[in-house]
Amino acid sequence: MFFWNRIEMQKIISIAGSVISVAVSVWLFAYIWEHGTQTVQAGNWKAPFGIIFVADTLSATLVLLTAISGLAVASFSSASVVAARLRFGYFPIFHFLLLGLNGAFLTGDIFNLYVWFEIIIISSFVLITLGGEKAQVEGAVKYFTLNILASTIFLTAIAVLYGLTGALNMADLSVKVAAIENRGLVELTALLFLIAFGTKAAAFPLYFWLPASYHTPPSAVSAIFAGLLTKVGVYALIRVFTLIFVGDAFLYNIISVMAILTLFSGGLGALVQNNLRKVFSYLIICHIGYMIAGLGLFTEVAIAGTIFYLIHDIVVKTNLFMVSGLMYRIRGTNSVQAMGGLYKDYPKLSLLIAIPLFSLVGIPPLSGFWPKISLLKAGFTAQQWWLVGAIIFASLITLFIIAKVWAGVVWKDKPKIEVKSNFRYFANLSDLKKTQMIAPIVFLSLVSLYIGFGAEHIQQLSSRIATELMDNQQYVDAVLHKVQNIK
Amino acid sequence: MEVILAIMIGVLYAAGIYMILRRSLVKLILGIIILGNGANLLIFLLGRIVKGHPPIIPGSAEVFHDLYADPVPQALILTAIVISFGLQSFAIILIKRAYKVVKTDDLDEMNAIDQDS
Repeated sequence: MFFWNRIEMQKIISIAGSVISVAVSVWLFAYIWEHGTQTVQAGNWKAPFGIIFVADTLSATLVLLTAISGLAVASFSSASVVAARLRFGYFPIFHFLLLGLNGAFLTGDIFNLYVWFEIIIISSFVLITLGGEKAQVEGAVKYFTLNILASTIFLTAIAVLYGLTGALNMADLSVKVAAIENRGLVELTALLFLIAFGTKAAAFPLYFWLPASYHTPPSAVSAIFAGLLTKVGVYALIRVFTLIFVGDAFLYNIISVMAILTLFSGGLGALVQNNLRKVFSYLIICHIGYMIAGLGLFTEVAIAGTIFYLIHDIVVKTNLFMVSGLMYRIRGTNSVQAMGGLYKDYPKLSLLIAIPLFSLVGIPPLSGFWPKISLLKAGFTAQQWWLVGAIIFASLITLFIIAKVWAGVVWKDKPKIEVKSNFRYFANLSDLKKTQMIAPIVFLSLVSLYIGFGAEHIQQLSSRIATELMDNQQYVDAVLHKVQNIK
Repeated sequence: MEVILAIMIGVLYAAGIYMILRRSLVKLILGIIILGNGANLLIFLLGRIVKGHPPIIPGSAEVFHDLYADPVPQALILTAIVISFGLQSFAIILIKRAYKVVKTDDLDEMNAIDQDS
């Protein structure tokens, strides 16, 4: 912000800042791995009165992933977003978005969560409209309306919850909600939260803003949206339904049904699209279904699967949208039909993009495979045959779509299309810009490979998170009885 | 007082949702604003309305003995108003921009993004 008109300076600050943020979040993660949940009381007001920040293992993991994707996208956008957009404050807003995400993952206060959500959506509005093309503005109107509506519903839910309990601290709510006699009213509030977070997460009947808007902004912006924005919704769902509204079979049934329909509708939606980025947009929806499915089953194995899937999905989806941006740079089009011949022109690049594409499907050693085992196992144990069927069906359909994209983009002969004269093709870019575009894809692909081949570590991590989530007493103790923990 | 407020909140929610369901962009924004106001009043109402008892502990006591007006909902509403003010001003600029670019006020005609590119 201090270098408003000096883009080169902004690029350097942005990338350097992201590297620092990765370093800090690695440190936070390591600290929490050793010492357990940490809390910070803002202004030293004791919980449950003040606003509190809580970092348990789930939060720390997500903050780490945010930092990793943030670094990748910062580097990618400094090469792929045109200078005219960067001049209108792209990088400051981008870092505001990351700030909002980190805040949302770390806060322990439900109204503070609302405030972070608003920071996230206001910066995402700016990012999505930056440039002001026709498609962008139209997409933004839809994105804007449904997200504001979701926020208002979230606010309504907070109001009702405050009326019921007189508390805003999530740990305090967890204790007080469990003690309420009138379960009908609690269920109603829970449903309001489900609608609000379901819209943010793009679950089945509430996802229509996503395919209408995600393919319109520059691909660097879509990458950070795809990787993290919907996942904040999933995080909020996981947090609220494992901490505050626990043990209500009716709610978990609704979540399961939502998951099944999300898996089906996302998969079928992706099948008929031709625009590469629309295909990926629908795949986001489809794969949100897996995470919600785990939450709907609500056993320890299933939650572990959800967490593993969340970790894998943030990395892969960010990467996929960067790949789609790269393709657009190479071929000058987003249409799968008009692409082709990538393997002939760029064989090494094709191998590189094979990693995120096939990780997404989950071909065994790659990262998408492992969480599905947990989910299926939990599904069989709970005898939820519809859910198991939907998970298998969605995997199959993802495989089919990815095979179609792979064949269309990489193997097919290059169709004859006229060369756009005023378009800067990838081949004409400087070496620095090429590196800046490819390095983040390599980086995230390596992370994906690590998640795939080091699945044991990630599985340990997600089981630990699942244990923490299922036994929420530990979280409540860390927040409310801080006295013993102060060193 | 509570009853009047409750009815008013209901009316505001209904009017807001009705406006959002219209096809005009301007009405869409008006609907969002009205709905937001409804939500703010709801927080106010559910925070229990108490008249004439400010939340100040008298010097002679340690804790409250009397009933008192809860300051938390008011703080929440203040935050929510500021946030929604920012969002609404952004929304108004956005619809102005949308009107200029798309040259229509009708949401049904905003379908360029649904076509294959």
